Amino acid sequence: MPEIKVTPLGAGQDVGRSCILVSIGGKNIMLDCGMHMGFNDDRRFPDFSYITQNGRLTEFLDCVIISHFHLDHCGALPFMSEMVGYDGPIYMTHPTKAICPILLEDFRKITVDKKGETNFFTSQMIKDCMKKVVPLNLHQTVQVDDELEIKAYYAGHVLGAAMVHIKVGSESVVYTGDYNMTPDRHLGAAWIDKCRPDMLISESTYATTIRDSKRCRERDFLKKVHESIERGGKVLIPVFALGRAQELCILLETFWERMNLKAPIYFSTGLTEKANHYYKLFITWTNQKIRKTFVQRNMFEFKHIKPFDRSYADNPGPMVVFATPGMLHAGQSLQIFKKWAGNEKNMVIMPGYCVQGTIGHKILNGQRKLEMEGRATLDVKLQVEYMSFSAHADAKGIMQLIRMAEPRNMLLVHGEAAKMEFLKGKIEQEFSIDCYMPANGETTTVTTNPSVPVDISLNLLKREMALGGPLPDPKKPRAMHGTLIMKENSLKLVSSEQALKELGLNEHQLRFTCRVQLQDPHSDNDTLHRIYTHLKSVLKGYTIQHLPDGTVMVESIVIKVSSSAEDANTKVLLLSWIYESVYRSLRVWQPPTLDIFLR
Amino acid sequence: MAAHLKKRVYEEFSKVVQIPHEEAPAKKLRLSKPSKSAALHIDLCKATNSTDALQYLLQFARKPVETESVEGVVRILLEHYYKETDNSVRLKIASLLGLLSKTQGFSPDCIVDDAISALNNEKSHQVLAQLLDTLLVIGTQLPESPAVRQRLIEVACKHLSDMYFGVRNKCLQLLGCLGMVDSPLTKDSEGLGTSLGAVRDVQSIISDYFGDQDPRVRTAALKAMLQLHERGMKIHEIIYEQACRLLTDDYEQVRSAAVQMVWVLSQLYPESIVPIPSSNEEIRLVDDVFGKISHMVSDGSWMVRVQAAKTLGSMLQVSPHFLEQTLDKKLMSDLRRKRTAHERAKDLFASGEFSSGRKWADDAPKEKLDSNTVNLIASGACGAFVHGLEDEMFEVRIAAVEALCKLARSSASFAEKCLDFLVDMFNDEIEEVRLESIHVLREISTHITLREDQLDTVLAVLEDSSRDIREALHELICYTNVSTKECIQLALLELLKNLNKYPTDRNSVWKCLKFLGSRHPTLVLPLVPELLSTHPYFDTPEPDMDDPAYIAVLVLVFNAAKSCPTMPALFSDHTFRHYAYLRDSLSHLVPPLRLPGSGLDVVDSRCGSGSVESAQLFLQQSLIRVSTIQNLEAPGAQDLLDFTIRDLRRLGELQTELAGAADFCATYLRCQLLLMKALQEKLWNMAVPLCLKQNVTATAAAQQILEETYKLEFLYSGLDSRQVATIHHVRLQAKALQLILTARTRQGLDPLISSCEKFLQDIESFQRLFLTELPHLQDSFVDKLLELMPRLSSCKPVELVKILQTTLRQSGLLQLRLPEQIHRATATIIEPTGESDNPLRFTSGLVVALDIDATLEHVQDPQNTVKVQVLYPDGQSHVIHPKPADFRKPGPDRHRLITQVYLSHTAWTEPSQIEVRLLLAYSSSSTSLSSSSSSSKLGWSDSIDSLPPPEAAVEGTIPFSKSVKVFIMPKPARR
Repeated sequence: MPEIKVTPLGAGQDVGRSCILVSIGGKNIMLDCGMHMGFNDDRRFPDFSYITQNGRLTEFLDCVIISHFHLDHCGALPFMSEMVGYDGPIYMTHPTKAICPILLEDFRKITVDKKGETNFFTSQMIKDCMKKVVPLNLHQTVQVDDELEIKAYYAGHVLGAAMVHIKVGSESVVYTGDYNMTPDRHLGAAWIDKCRPDMLISESTYATTIRDSKRCRERDFLKKVHESIERGGKVLIPVFALGRAQELCILLETFWERMNLKAPIYFSTGLTEKANHYYKLFITWTNQKIRKTFVQRNMFEFKHIKPFDRSYADNPGPMVVFATPGMLHAGQSLQIFKKWAGNEKNMVIMPGYCVQGTIGHKILNGQRKLEMEGRATLDVKLQVEYMSFSAHADAKGIMQLIRMAEPRNMLLVHGEAAKMEFLKGKIEQEFSIDCYMPANGETTTVTTNPSVPVDISLNLLKREMALGGPLPDPKKPRAMHGTLIMKENSLKLVSSEQALKELGLNEHQLRFTCRVQLQDPHSDNDTLHRIYTHLKSVLKGYTIQHLPDGTVMVESIVIKVSSSAEDANTKVLLLSWIYESVYRSLRVWQPPTLDIFLR
Repeated sequence: MAAHLKKRVYEEFSKVVQIPHEEAPAKKLRLSKPSKSAALHIDLCKATNSTDALQYLLQFARKPVETESVEGVVRILLEHYYKETDNSVRLKIASLLGLLSKTQGFSPDCIVDDAISALNNEKSHQVLAQLLDTLLVIGTQLPESPAVRQRLIEVACKHLSDMYFGVRNKCLQLLGCLGMVDSPLTKDSEGLGTSLGAVRDVQSIISDYFGDQDPRVRTAALKAMLQLHERGMKIHEIIYEQACRLLTDDYEQVRSAAVQMVWVLSQLYPESIVPIPSSNEEIRLVDDVFGKISHMVSDGSWMVRVQAAKTLGSMLQVSPHFLEQTLDKKLMSDLRRKRTAHERAKDLFASGEFSSGRKWADDAPKEKLDSNTVNLIASGACGAFVHGLEDEMFEVRIAAVEALCKLARSSASFAEKCLDFLVDMFNDEIEEVRLESIHVLREISTHITLREDQLDTVLAVLEDSSRDIREALHELICYTNVSTKECIQLALLELLKNLNKYPTDRNSVWKCLKFLGSRHPTLVLPLVPELLSTHPYFDTPEPDMDDPAYIAVLVLVFNAAKSCPTMPALFSDHTFRHYAYLRDSLSHLVPPLRLPGSGLDVVDSRCGSGSVESAQLFLQQSLIRVSTIQNLEAPGAQDLLDFTIRDLRRLGELQTELAGAADFCATYLRCQLLLMKALQEKLWNMAVPLCLKQNVTATAAAQQILEETYKLEFLYSGLDSRQVATIHHVRLQAKALQLILTARTRQGLDPLISSCEKFLQDIESFQRLFLTELPHLQDSFVDKLLELMPRLSSCKPVELVKILQTTLRQSGLLQLRLPEQIHRATATIIEPTGESDNPLRFTSGLVVALDIDATLEHVQDPQNTVKVQVLYPDGQSHVIHPKPADFRKPGPDRHRLITQVYLSHTAWTEPSQIEVRLLLAYSSSSTSLSSSSSSSKLGWSDSIDSLPPPEAAVEGTIPFSKSVKVFIMPKPARR
């Protein structure tokens, strides 16, 4: 039986370093090629030696597909393609292709220039790597080679995020990447058609969470910002440059517009400005509202949000500042935080998760005195708020996607093992399909039951239709008679005559004969005649002939009567029929009629 | 200039392209009018190939065919049909047959046989489908013929087994449109070969095709079934299961139709019991359907989602238990049950500690959930609305909000529950959704009392920059109940903030506070000292009476005081004075109060509840008094009229309910007064040649009376025919006066003759129009004229003028019957306010858009009658017709015009004011009666149709709003 094999090199029972190998129909595909945020050593990148110990990956992989631009999904790409060596096609959507190199370059800068690492990929390598990228459009079927085809679906999450449907012959796999089933202020919800893949590989970050309505969150967020502004306070929102930042910007921008507010909103410059440019361009990837109104005004051309300058932080009066990075561990957001922390009118809103050890995590846990470098302490008087804006599908969303796609098997990646375990149980219970959750390096094998297409000759089909009613009932299988010819990698179902002709064989007729002894005092002819009249009365719809040569023909069945040599009363009935008749007529009449006759 | 602008636009956008005509012969033949069929025949015979024939048929289809010749044309078409070999031509012929059978007055039963025989011989599937379509048209044209119907159904059954989906579609459509439940059908047995002559009815035949392999056929089958239902046939319950299966179909149109189908069944058999699969429980069918449709709210296709959300709203019989599940979304975090933010807010509120801000882990899970009990895929109705309201497409969200509204109106407990969700929708990104949810909340507000935290969210929207939203919200606050005095305070604060930010909302805010006060007197009571900033020991400074915010507070307090007699004791002296002032200046906002001791008491008792009746009595009496004037020349009559007019005008100002009636009467009497004055001028005694100069006033009076009569007729709504007759009578008098004056001033007979004729025509048309009213017009001017009519029509103009003059002078005052419900159409321009000193600058020659916002009251059909006039300082004026979509209808007899007018002018050296006002357009050919035409009046409106218009229709406009001045400044274009 054909099999689909899935091996996660990263993101197996883990978040980060997404990299999944899929073998389907003899093709090897790498899904995502990410890095791990938590490590700075070799564990940062997936272990490509799993694929091959030495040499390039090109001959082992048919293609690489990147689902979106987050570094945990594309961070290892230049390393893999340039340093390990891969020359095949890399597929990603247009926005991902545009934004991905910006992030990679930023990542490289931080690692090489700031941390001083060597043996890391260079700018040139990023450029070379991006040259291998083949862009994808939504719902466009791309033929990787003769057999392998891929198709991208909208996934929400971030701009340009895509789910991919990978198909070889009749076997298929869907990989979701990260996705979001609830729309937000700038992106729509993930959608897939009922493609019934053999396997659905889904992320499961929020496997055990069903989230609250996003409206509550938004309302809370806006209310807090608004109240703080009205009090005359300053609001700091630490964000990462791409993704949530844009959503929050849109949220605030429209709120400012609606409520006619005048307080300035600033956005830290640099990376974000470049990214915003792409957000403006890829309008088709955004949600309904932005798509419908961009003719009048592109929502990403912010009216109220202006670029930030270091000096603005000391300006009097209320303001809102978005600053990077998101966990307050370094950079601009930390500087501003230090400036504003002393005033209780001010507020900091953390829109996402904070890793342990960062200042963000400390203040969220209620720490009011922070130790800074140089033994200085910082009194935190400003208000600290937490607001979860995360764009992953929750448990309900994952279930919804399964319902949309109707897969035959399910495989969970990109989540914590314990949580996956729970979701796995749920999925198996609700949908009664198999669900897998391999760890890194562990291979899951699924056997598929692919349908084999067979050509059927039109004549045969027509003949079959003429026999049994006008329309085939899609729900009932029907047996038909024909010859299957396997020839040069193709299957063909033809009628037996044609098969004989094609193969140059003679037709042999198989005849069955059968003797039945019965006691009858009449002469042979009379017996035959009695049989004839009896059959005539019993089998109304059939042609029965009494031939002059002392035989009775019922359709193609021949009946002869002869007296046995010993006893003239014992008559031997000779029945003879060809093979095909067994199906057609004998089945209908033989046993019952003869029974009656013999009684 | 407007024309100039228009022209420019047209030049750019419309291009006339001349398509050269090449089909000359075809055209020539059609000239032979009598026989269209013959022409067609010749055309078709000439056609050498199928393309030509098709061209001829297409040409032919563009022209209508007269009823007489349809039959002939049909014959010819059929003849050609049989001969034709090309499929496309046959297809076109078949479709033409269908079109022709729709012709009015043509009975298509004669072509049924031909069409069916054509059907039997047809090989092409497309043509077959088209022929069936034709039969469908024929069948629907002949609803009264069971024989034809029966035959058609048989034909349809026979072709149901066709291989082409289109044919099956059409057959199912035919069955749906024509099939009958009562008459069982013999299904054609040779088609299927299985069911040997089984007798089956239409429904079971159609339901066989629920499982067809082609989704289009499945859809058609469902649609046919729905069609049967629409035709009033009872759908059997047995198909329920099949229909439910189609809810999970792969194709969206099937699912969408299935949602409808299932819904229909739920309405037909709400109480029947269905089993739940995989368990041995049973539930009501309507609940089952509700659960299934709720499931569809998270369908993959948004069309289906919209459909499902809409459908949910109309399932009112569903059990409350299921209904409440639609708002339930079990929250869960790390396997522990988490409470929703709504629940948390409620708890916070209950514990009395109000939001101090949330901590990092305050939504930390509390109790441990058993992992088996958490059901992720909510079975049934779970969370349908939560999904619907969060949907990606705003169409779905709006549908969900509407459905919530419908369900909430019928169930108070559900209304209570959905409140949080509706309030959340106030924050939607799309304005329509926000607006809709505010409206919905208003509609269900009778069921609910807002909690403080909810009110807080609601009030936050008051700062919205969209006026529609704010006004909708004011409307909402008018109807809401709140629970505590803090809520009142909060609402007042936010409304004052709103007033401060958007001063144009003044009236709306005051009105809102009026209702808020009168609804919650007991809650306002404890707030009064604080609101009025009184102090037990010290006198506080008297607030500024012109401050809108202070007025707002007073409106709230006074309205609360109306039903709270203890409140006035808390007022300080100036409050009483302010009350008296506001009661007079803003009488619609400030109710009459029983104030102890003060003289105000007396004033108020007079304007008590009886005031409307007393005012009405006064109006009546004034009219009776006026009616004592028998002769227009009686001494003292003028003074009496003068005083009465003055009285009535004042009455109208005081008593808003009677403003329309009083104004109407006053205007009418003014017409009479003008007439009287004109007739009493000295000029009548002078010789003709001498009075050339002096008759200026009389001419002006006549002109003015005419104008006033048009106002009377078209500005007031609710007139009955008698009043219209009276108005027309005055108009006739004015015309007579005009005629006499022309006769006296102009020399030369020709113009006089023509105007005399015209006047006679006017009399005739008056007679014709008001035949039923003539008995009431005894002794009037017209009555006398009609008596003299034979003489008038034969006499010379000079003589006629003389007669007119005497009759006019002798005629008495026609008594006006008091109109019952008359409203004067009024318009107020809210924006532009005319207060701005900043001129609107724009480049000359280009246009600038000026936003106009106006409320119209008692205007009938504003879309056609209301125009905007712009007057430029140089005397140029132009009239703009607002688009029909610019009118909104916020309440009965009220309209709101929000539009933009485009201004343009050549360059000016300095800014100057233009005037903007609203006009009411009228045309005298359509009297105000015909708009409210009842059956009795149809008699004469028919006669108008047959005769030429009685009077040359006077098209005119009445300005009915104060004009507003706007500073504009067209600058010369920079080069």
